Amino acid sequence: MKVQWSTDADGALAEAKEQKKPVLIDFSAAPA
Amino acid sequence: MPLEAHIKEHPVYFHRFDALWTPSVIILDWKGNERFRMEGYLPKDEFRAQLELGLARVAFMNKNWAEAERRYAAVLDRYPDSKAAPDALYWKGVSHYKATNDHTILGELPGIFQEKYPDSIWAQKTIAWT
Repeated sequence: MKVQWSTDADGALAEAKEQKKPVLIDFSAAPA
Repeated sequence: MPLEAHIKEHPVYFHRFDALWTPSVIILDWKGNERFRMEGYLPKDEFRAQLELGLARVAFMNKNWAEAERRYAAVLDRYPDSKAAPDALYWKGVSHYKATNDHTILGELPGIFQEKYPDSIWAQKTIAWT
């Protein structure tokens, strides 16, 4: 299953609140 | 909710969430409270075990004892030889105690730790329950 990563922090936090789900943030410096 | 923060594309997120090193993974609960942080690379299985430990921590910190116990048990079941396993064993017992107020499980933990994870720091933390 492919993960749909968001890049919108406020949007992800709002969606998490609405769905009462945790937020996983991946901080990376890896080359794209 | 998976959120990607690349240092070149989203430097503001590093400041916002106090991320000072990469790779790092932070898990927030649905209210936005940080509940788990993992800094530095890990091999795939250790990484997965730590992630699941983090989700268990979210449940624990939200006082959802039954879900926390179930999630910690799942870490033990799936990754019994991982570095996350002793943490999971400790917190599984604590979650059970929190859910039931039955301290029997805490008294059993020192023996289980001596058998399975005697060198773990968590083994030492259970000595008080002997």
